[in-house]
Amino acid sequence: MGLEKNRQYGDSTVSVHGGEAHHKALDSITDPVVMASTYTFSDTQSVIDYIEENQQRGEYGRYGNPNEAVVESKLAQLEAGEDAVLYSSGMAAIVGVIMAKLSAGDEVVFFDECYHRSREFCSKHMSRFGVVTRQVEACNYDAMEAAITPNTKLLVSESPTNPHLSVVDLDRFAAIGKRNNVETLIDATLATPYNCRPLIHGVDYVLHSATKYLAGHNDLLAGVIIGDRVKLEDIRYLRGILGSINSAHNCYLLQRGLKTFDVRMARHNANGQAVAEFLEQHPRVEKVYYPGLASHKYHDIARAQMSGFGGLITFEVQDADWRQTADIVDRCRIPKIGPSLGGVESLIEQPMVMSYYELPATERASYGIKDNMIRMAIGIEDTQDLIDDLDQALKG
Amino acid sequence: MKFRTKAIHVGNQRCQTTGAVVPPIHLASTYVQTHPGEWGDYDYSRSGNPTRDNMEDTLAALEGGCDALAFASGMAATHCVTMLLSAGDHIVAGTDIYGGTYRLFHKICNRAGIEITLVDASQPANIAKGIQDNTKLVWIESPGNPLLSITDIKACADIAKQAGVLIGIDNTFASPVLTRPLELGIDIVMHSATKYLGGHSDALGGALVVQDPDLREKLYFIQNATGNCMSPLDSFLISRGMKTLDLRVRAQSESALSIAKYLDDDPRISRVLYPGLPAFPGHSIAAQQMDGGFGAMLSFEIVGDFEQAKRVTASTRLFQLAVSLGAVESLIEQPASMSHASYDREDRLAHGINDELIRLSVGLEDVDDLIADLDQALDC
Ligand SMILES: Cc1ncc(COP(=O)(O)O)c(C=O)c1O
Ligand SMILES: Cc1ncc(COP(=O)(O)O)c(C=O)c1O
Repeated sequence: MGLEKNRQYGDSTVSVHGGEAHHKALDSITDPVVMASTYTFSDTQSVIDYIEENQQRGEYGRYGNPNEAVVESKLAQLEAGEDAVLYSSGMAAIVGVIMAKLSAGDEVVFFDECYHRSREFCSKHMSRFGVVTRQVEACNYDAMEAAITPNTKLLVSESPTNPHLSVVDLDRFAAIGKRNNVETLIDATLATPYNCRPLIHGVDYVLHSATKYLAGHNDLLAGVIIGDRVKLEDIRYLRGILGSINSAHNCYLLQRGLKTFDVRMARHNANGQAVAEFLEQHPRVEKVYYPGLASHKYHDIARAQMSGFGGLITFEVQDADWRQTADIVDRCRIPKIGPSLGGVESLIEQPMVMSYYELPATERASYGIKDNMIRMAIGIEDTQDLIDDLDQALKG
Repeated sequence: MKFRTKAIHVGNQRCQTTGAVVPPIHLASTYVQTHPGEWGDYDYSRSGNPTRDNMEDTLAALEGGCDALAFASGMAATHCVTMLLSAGDHIVAGTDIYGGTYRLFHKICNRAGIEITLVDASQPANIAKGIQDNTKLVWIESPGNPLLSITDIKACADIAKQAGVLIGIDNTFASPVLTRPLELGIDIVMHSATKYLGGHSDALGGALVVQDPDLREKLYFIQNATGNCMSPLDSFLISRGMKTLDLRVRAQSESALSIAKYLDDDPRISRVLYPGLPAFPGHSIAAQQMDGGFGAMLSFEIVGDFEQAKRVTASTRLFQLAVSLGAVESLIEQPASMSHASYDREDRLAHGINDELIRLSVGLEDVDDLIADLDQALDC
């Protein structure tokens, strides 16, 4: 039995059952964790059948494992995509697409608020192999279109971006790609399929650091690319060569995390909105970046294409230097200080210290990173507890 | 700190050694000491394990106890409680208790010379009547299984206290999200952590939570001496599960209420047993002692016979045919042929467990999908 093929199920049903066999090995209700590095054949003819018939089964662990197959299928369903390729981290996923899709002489265009390591990988490392990386101002669609040359193969953006929470108009972004015959990729880590499904807007690839909301418990690393099966074929093939596969154990924990994806996201959204509204009216807060606030630069497009706005909030403290800002961070009792986001526990960080400490002030400023900026990754704790804690930390 | 915050932060302090946001899983069986005869915080994992301790701390905070003890299964936890008793002692228990507990009392404890009396605990006066001079333990469960009967926890706790008898409750069905029995005067809260606490059908475990440090010492002594402790990996998975406990139980309870109402209005159904329905006996007590929800277990009787009930349970697609409960996946079962098949028919019927009774454990799927699934199965 299990989910019927041609029926539309609610998101929480897909979270729990999507991609899974209804009847599993040894009648277990959960999938076994298959720890094998290699898969054996009963006889020579089975090996030949496997090759000639292109059978879907295990061969060697670097090419895939049964736990990964289940979680890939669940992720594809959640994102309304045909197929998904899972990686050992979000970065490995980005590298996987770039390596598969770009060759010497090819070009990629980024909106400049994309995750800085993705841009760095292209500009500092792919450049060694003759790939050209162009970066244009985030959400400047004319600049992006102008940056396209006959060699351009891929347009990349994040939406919403981190830490400024800029929201890309996905219809416009996808249209630029289509018009110029260039593929498009959206890193939707901050949005998640709960809040937005870029494929529906015509984007070719969706990428997630599944480390974040998808896994949701800050206890594993994973990345995924979702899109049409044919377009993912070379990506999957290359992954088998490069070996950036995830472990069976992680795949199981990710699958388990996804079962509560729906309820967790509903709570991240509710907490995020409540905390953002609290911060916005607080006398010690100068500015709040959160797509769910009417004051946000991209509120209208966010409302049009997102059903919620997640748990990431950035804010600037009124008349505070970096040290006074750090004092607020240090006074918080519930959120722990650390990078990353999307887990059940709230985290807090000062981007200037956590990610940009070693850069000169002018360079930081050019990225829009201010000394008085705090970024919070709101978890699923009690809403009032979080607000009370921030209130005492801001009052000092 | 409120419930959801405790569930995430108590027992999950940042790792002092590595800074890890999630505490490491300590698989070690033994711990290296610096000097002979001078013990560190940990000596041997049967006596204590950091990963198990974390799980216990979280649960103790959620139940409002001084500590919790984690066992290899729910039955191991209940067994530990009965080992507080000696030959010649007596237990009073409710009739609507888990079958495994019934078996433990009647087939194991009796061998140690412990006497059992079962009473209908939905009337607390019956508990008072059952207490004898040698009674050492009162054991209740609410909501009960599979009839969801409601026991007035505070009234029973008061009666036990008056009589100077220890009282324990199996809080598996309600979970600490909905009922915190220590606040109502109960001495020992027991859980099959296999169910809602873990919540993902992938770990087996049990737990006891108490408020009194002396009682904790007695139970800990028995646990350490008999060795029935939860494994580090199960402790980790159950800790991970507790982080979403509140969201899961509230969402699943809400779905259960919608399903109960749907079934209650359906001519194919003769009776719905769910504490959230106003007509259900015990509804008003449930509303007092359950916090904002009535749980995600419900039973119903179809208009039809044993065979037809069997057909319905075999015809659902989303509700999977299995015993156990409390996880994200919805389950369906026919008590007469599954969980209570070991009763002889007369006895089973006398307990009110009819042939056409079906039990649901409502999971985390979309409620409209679940109702559509039941609807098609009821026509099969
Ligand atoms: C938006 C975004 N994309 C990609 C990544 C990289 O993912 P990972 O850390 O899983 O490699 C991160 C996180 O670090 C991220 O926040
Ligand atoms: C209410 C109740 N109590 C106790 C148990 C026993 O717990 P376990 O199966 O973890 O030993 C169960 C489960 O089977 C149960 O449903």
